[in-house]
Amino acid sequence: MNTRGLRSQLKDSVPVTGMGPQVGAYGVQDTLRSGFSSVKNELLPSHALELSEKNFQLNQDKMNFSTLRNIQGLHAPLKLQMEYRAARQIQRLPFLQSSHLALDTLKGNDESISFEDILNDPAQSEMVGEPHIMVEYKLGLM
Amino acid sequence: MALSNVLETPASGFNFENVSRNVALDGLLEGGHTKAPKPMKTGTTIAGVVCKDGVVLGADTRATSGEVVADKMCAKIHYISPNMYCCGAGTAADTEKTTDLLSSNLTIFSMTSGRNPRVVMAVNILQDMLFRYKGQIGASLILGGVDCTGNHLYTVGPYGSIDNVPYLAMGSGDLAALGILEDRFKPNMELEEAKELVRDAIHSGIMSDLGSGNNIDICVITKQGVDYIRPYQESEYKDKRQRRYKYRPGTTSILTEKIVPLELEVVQETVQRMHTA
Repeated sequence: MNTRGLRSQLKDSVPVTGMGPQVGAYGVQDTLRSGFSSVKNELLPSHALELSEKNFQLNQDKMNFSTLRNIQGLHAPLKLQMEYRAARQIQRLPFLQSSHLALDTLKGNDESISFEDILNDPAQSEMVGEPHIMVEYKLGLM
Repeated sequence: MALSNVLETPASGFNFENVSRNVALDGLLEGGHTKAPKPMKTGTTIAGVVCKDGVVLGADTRATSGEVVADKMCAKIHYISPNMYCCGAGTAADTEKTTDLLSSNLTIFSMTSGRNPRVVMAVNILQDMLFRYKGQIGASLILGGVDCTGNHLYTVGPYGSIDNVPYLAMGSGDLAALGILEDRFKPNMELEEAKELVRDAIHSGIMSDLGSGNNIDICVITKQGVDYIRPYQESEYKDKRQRRYKYRPGTTSILTEKIVPLELEVVQETVQRMHTA
């Protein structure tokens, strides 16, 4: 669902995090994990859609939740976000394929097809991550 | 092979990793003489008219890739749902994929809700999708259909703008086609009259625009059903290719004939049994 004509809600949208240098644990460039930094590559987005696509879902959710809050009161987005949080936790270990079925059903993604379902399907990804490293990254140990 | 630099599974959807590489490569190869291949555009004339009993859509069938005609029998009228068809102008792949996605979404909707989709729903889905991608998807579409609220004709631009009008033309030949439509359109026309009008509009687009040509397709949508006439009119300039370039036996006359028998004698004979069980 796309909400339209809501300029007043735009102040709630997520500020574009953009292409800052990848900071590691100590606030400086994490050379070991993300390689040498190149200022030109990181300051300017190379494609017009790169930034807007990165935050598209977040912005949509924020706009929808704030509309819902204005129409139905605070309980509506609170309840929905609680359900989203619970559904997001139903998944396998990070390096395995999880279907996200509950989350998709809640968000309504099971009744529509968009480019997220066709392009870059994680089930057919050619790159596999090292299991130990992925789990440690997810748990915040690394 | 497990890579140690992948910390999370990559997000699905568009991947912008190669954009900076492409930009760098653009002028690099052979000092700027080699350019990236151009996408196939449909450089088109498409038109639509609302008549008394339904909607008539028309399109030419030429697809160009730069200055070359890439496809002489391109199908530009795409199926959306049993009561809706969509003509597409712009980049050929974009129109095909966008209309495919739209058709799939509407099928899912009609299966889950048990209702026939309305034309406004299709237009809204298209508008959302095209606006989200800020015109990078180069698809100008004319959507026509008949539903429970009446006969509708909409146009959707590549940046997400829509327009609801009784007659329309899009594509590179739209100015020529619009001239014909503006001159002869009347509200509540008969079906045959509307078909002739659309045919004439596409014909003028073909005559006046280099990007349109070859045959004319017509699609008539009414409450009773859809009549997709392809081709409605074939172009007068058909090439006479033979398609078979083999010579018939007897084309070359035989002058002399000499037969030399080859004498062979059996030297060795071995029998091997095959086990067929």
